[in-house]
Amino acid sequence: MTEAASSRIVVEGLVKRFGAFEALRGVSFTVAGGEIMGFLGPNGAGKSTLIRILCGLLRPSAGRALVAGIDITKDPEAVRRRIGYMSQKFSLYSDLSVEENLRFFGGIYGVPRGRIEERLRFAIDMAGLTGQENALVATLAGGWKQRLALGAAILHQPMVLFLDEPTSGVDPQSRRRFWDLIHTLGSEGVSVLVSTHYMDEAEYCNRIALINRGRLIALGTPHELKQRSLKGELLSIACRDIGAAINLLEKAPGVQDAAVFGNTLHVMVDDADRRAPELTALLAAHGIAGATARAITPTLEDSFVYLVGASSPAGEKA
Amino acid sequence: MMRLRRIKAIGVKESLQIVRDPRSLMIALLIPIMQMFMLGYGINLDIKHIPLCVLDREGSQNSQDLLKRFAASAYFSVQKTAASYAEIERDLDDATCGIAIIVPADFSKSLNDTGTATVQVLADGTDSNTANIGANYARTVISGFSTDMQTQSLQRKGAVLQTTTPVDIQARVWFNEELESRNFIVPGIVALVMAIVGAQLTSLTIAREWERGTMELLISTPVRPMELMIGKLLPYFIVGLADAAICLVLAVFWFNVPFRGTLSTLFFTTSLFLIVMLCVGYYVSVAIRSQAGASQIALLLTMLPATMLSGFAFPIEQMPAPVQGITYLVSARYYVTILKAVFLKGSGAAELAIPILLLALYAAAVSFLAARAFRKTLD
Repeated sequence: MTEAASSRIVVEGLVKRFGAFEALRGVSFTVAGGEIMGFLGPNGAGKSTLIRILCGLLRPSAGRALVAGIDITKDPEAVRRRIGYMSQKFSLYSDLSVEENLRFFGGIYGVPRGRIEERLRFAIDMAGLTGQENALVATLAGGWKQRLALGAAILHQPMVLFLDEPTSGVDPQSRRRFWDLIHTLGSEGVSVLVSTHYMDEAEYCNRIALINRGRLIALGTPHELKQRSLKGELLSIACRDIGAAINLLEKAPGVQDAAVFGNTLHVMVDDADRRAPELTALLAAHGIAGATARAITPTLEDSFVYLVGASSPAGEKA
Repeated sequence: MMRLRRIKAIGVKESLQIVRDPRSLMIALLIPIMQMFMLGYGINLDIKHIPLCVLDREGSQNSQDLLKRFAASAYFSVQKTAASYAEIERDLDDATCGIAIIVPADFSKSLNDTGTATVQVLADGTDSNTANIGANYARTVISGFSTDMQTQSLQRKGAVLQTTTPVDIQARVWFNEELESRNFIVPGIVALVMAIVGAQLTSLTIAREWERGTMELLISTPVRPMELMIGKLLPYFIVGLADAAICLVLAVFWFNVPFRGTLSTLFFTTSLFLIVMLCVGYYVSVAIRSQAGASQIALLLTMLPATMLSGFAFPIEQMPAPVQGITYLVSARYYVTILKAVFLKGSGAAELAIPILLLALYAAAVSFLAARAFRKTLD
């Protein structure tokens, strides 16, 4: 239990069933103080369910979880005092102003009276809403709403912050700014658990937990994940008739995996230099002329696709 | 451990939302005034000014004397003097009149010759209550006329008459001396207003959080269910008391209903009834989770029984026995009893101990259920 003692979050064998459906099938991991942990996975993989259990919104069917050293089923209120949460759907009060929303959450979280003005100022500045304190939240644009929701979630200076797809529907610039804020919080010692399905965002995390069908299928730094999952080299092949090409390439010698990426194919091979000419020749022999193949550095998306594919039952590629 | 700070934060937030929601504001401000005027004027159980048509087939001094008595009576208002029986028929058909009086052509002759005469009274039985009462009023008017005729005729014959009635009834109605049905109805309207405002507004309060998606965040905070309930209900309690004050002012100064009790009894009992209504609304809101659905159910659970089964306008004693039994389950029944007694009789808490106790028990039970209803979970 030494790991448990030093970890901000400990999750052991967490299971959640909704009737006959198993949303989580035994998930275990730990998160250290100040660590930014990303949850990555397809829709319905169980990311939101996991976050909701850790926030005390859902009760686990089996397993155990400690947040800030407190068992979430034994003293959920004590856990709630120490966490901040941003739900997938924007959930501040649109008919209240910026300041009224923040004062409400300040009161609910019991931010000490002596500190409330300072914390309010901090949240408003952080959200970039100085001068807009009296604007109704309904009138704010997406990026501001998102930052205000973050401000409301950290007013009480929680030790752990849960963000469920916080940047969905927000423009890239605002997303960038949002992640800068998350890194600042991390550097101040706040543990952040964030779910996303933006690959580029996952790269900003200290560690990534890949979730598929209720199981944790990989866990590591973005770099580790890319290394570990891809036991070969990656070729990007551009050609006509991608559908026919992928069927040919999957069965070709030296090919471990093939996936469609936009209008090209990413093919994992044992030796890129050797296989590139072989594969273009194979395509040409089957009437797909003019294909080009070049070696590329794998991205997180490549490993994501590979790992999800490998963890899914045969015949179902994510 | 309850935190006042959190209750206050919720109360302030809820108040801001009431003030900014046109629908809530309308319910809170317009309903009491609308109900008072609509029901205060609309429901009139007094039967006065029954439309009357007369057909005088004789046109003599005697027949005119009789008809003048109808014209002079507050119970009737003479709509027209018909020229033929057919016209009377038509007037009854199209409801120009509810009662018709037909004086026969031989009215005076018959009186002179035989000492008796017949007057025909026709009543529109489609409104049986009015017909019944109208026919009785007509009988009274005619028998008054009859007695006077008799006296005059005896006096003409030189008889010295002692006009004493053997048994004289001196009926005095207590508490509502003029037997104004308005005095009887208006106090009860307060109960209706409390039922509508209390339960309707609160039926939206939790459902709104679910519908707008704010509940998920609220559950993730350390707020306790009890704090949430008290914080949410407090602003509506104040709105309800303000509405009760509006009703009281209208009742006393506009409708001139006597208020003989004490404000403290009214305040105390109104608070109890409000607690019942607020908790019913809150419970429904927790259970239904949709604003439209919760508002319908709340209406069904509060306003309907408060209107039909509280005795506010329709006397419980006249209901069939099984329905009378059901009224004991209607909290508004106790409050309406209290309201009428406080307004008209000036009863205090001591005289009203039983209904107050029952109302208090009701409030305790409903608030207990409401407090347990809300669970901080999405499961």
